[in-house]
Amino acid sequence: MAFQYLDFEKPIIELEQRIEELKTFNLSNVANVGDEIKNLELKRNRLVKDIFEKINNWEITQLSRHPLRPYTMDYIELITDDFIELHGDRGFMDDKSIIGGFCFLKDGETGKRQKVLIIGHQKGRNTKDKMCRNFGMPHPEGYRKAQRLFKLADRYKIPIVSLVDTPGAYPGIGAEERGQAEAIATTIDVLLNVSVPVVSIIIGEGGSGGALALAAGNRVLMMEYSTYSVISPEGCASILYKDTSKTEEAANSLKITARDLFGLKVIDEIISEPLGGAHKNKAEAASNLKNSIIGNLEDLARKDGESLRTDRINKFRNF
Amino acid sequence: MLLFNSKKGKKEQGKLTIPEGLWIKCISCNEIIYKKELERNLDVCPKCNYHFRISAQRRAGIIFDEGSFKRLFEDIFPEDILSFSDTKKYKDRLKEDSEKTGLVESVISGEGLIDNIRVACSIFDFNFMGGSMGRVAGEKVAKTFEYATMERMPVIIFASSGGARMQEGIFSLMQMAETVAMISEYKKISLPYISVLSDPTMGGVSASFASLGDIIIAEPKALIGFAGPRVIEKTIHQNLPEGFQRSEFLLEHGMIDMIVERKDIKNTLRDLLSILINE
Repeated sequence: MAFQYLDFEKPIIELEQRIEELKTFNLSNVANVGDEIKNLELKRNRLVKDIFEKINNWEITQLSRHPLRPYTMDYIELITDDFIELHGDRGFMDDKSIIGGFCFLKDGETGKRQKVLIIGHQKGRNTKDKMCRNFGMPHPEGYRKAQRLFKLADRYKIPIVSLVDTPGAYPGIGAEERGQAEAIATTIDVLLNVSVPVVSIIIGEGGSGGALALAAGNRVLMMEYSTYSVISPEGCASILYKDTSKTEEAANSLKITARDLFGLKVIDEIISEPLGGAHKNKAEAASNLKNSIIGNLEDLARKDGESLRTDRINKFRNF
Repeated sequence: MLLFNSKKGKKEQGKLTIPEGLWIKCISCNEIIYKKELERNLDVCPKCNYHFRISAQRRAGIIFDEGSFKRLFEDIFPEDILSFSDTKKYKDRLKEDSEKTGLVESVISGEGLIDNIRVACSIFDFNFMGGSMGRVAGEKVAKTFEYATMERMPVIIFASSGGARMQEGIFSLMQMAETVAMISEYKKISLPYISVLSDPTMGGVSASFASLGDIIIAEPKALIGFAGPRVIEKTIHQNLPEGFQRSEFLLEHGMIDMIVERKDIKNTLRDLLSILINE
């Protein structure tokens, strides 16, 4: 398999490759080779820490789109049991860039099984899969499927967990013909008005209105290296700066990282990721995500339906 | 000949022959129109019926009974919350557009009478930063609905906007949720919300309050959609069909209730309100 890494990850990957080589070479466990491996591992950890302490907004943007980053389906596998996927908008098609269904959240400590509707944008891993998922860019039908599932969860009093990971709603002819704008507007409306707890988490890219449609929760959380923005840094650079080389600058000005948005009180919590990013240890990332969802759902469970709804309305009223 | 047929040639020719201030060229059919005639015609091209983008103040004048429009929520001003700067500082852009338009934001809100029916409204002005929606524009729309809920009156929003305002980053995005939230509160009382879309209504504005009207009206030939046509062309690598994302296209696809010409809009609004308001 070809190694997939970002430019700023390159020195880390080089060290990791050397460690791997030594490990393969050292099958007979020669002591001084073992020491060398340990040294290299220490060196690697220090390097990762250094790089990630100084990480800038543009690097975080790249991490949020990392080809190995866990997607909605990965988290569903890692944090839920008995996931039953539901399909289709009952109008036109099943949009595979948004997936959703009912399941139980795993809870190791208490053994309590929390029912949830989990729904999220889904990107693809290889070329064929990417095409099938339309690169995580929904058509109106994806949003209409989401509305249908939100209403189902509302009727059955099942809390909603939404995972956001999209470059944006798809800009295409069919999408416009079938009312992309209306689909997003009504999805926000439906999600704001359910009377069950809603926890929304930006797990990767939170691209504009196409992200917000699934992010109108009572709690809005972000994974440490995710982004959430009104426009992509590239789009902003080309429209406002009229210069596509200003992408890094745009990423800074727009304030799109979890840290920025927590500071601006736009989001409620940052979910920490393993050293090097969620893709370095998917299990750890998933476990952090799950704990945070469970904690927030427990808080919200104390409120009745009407106050959950008004809290949500008031939360978004105050921006 | 070829030179004059090329787009650029026409433009330059137009520039050279139009005496300052008296004549104006229609951006839709390129016809040269006498400015006074255009004004008499409510800023609608007499040759091709293109509805020019008009100021919010002028629109209020067309819609409301004479002297009945009162502005509301004039005490909120835009802030540069992200200290944003691109090729220009956001603060400077605000100042420039303020001087150019006499407005403090892209929206004016207020109330007025339409044939003696009391109505709350917000009107977007494209001349102010492309009618873009930042915090204050969103707040004014939200307040319009709150005010109307309190005062028990119908709401009409006239949209004309490129979408969310990039210079206010995530806060602009949040205005989509804010305006939608206030509409859902307003809809608890059974009074009409009529959304009137004019050229252009795009992005975060079309994907929030503008698409949620009980009745949606568009002016002829207005560009209405989520993604801008250039973004779509760049994504799909195809030319877009003639009339794509125009009012007539949206009507055909079931996205709006009707297309109403500017000269008829006041009467149409009155008729709709008379039917929908239960005394």
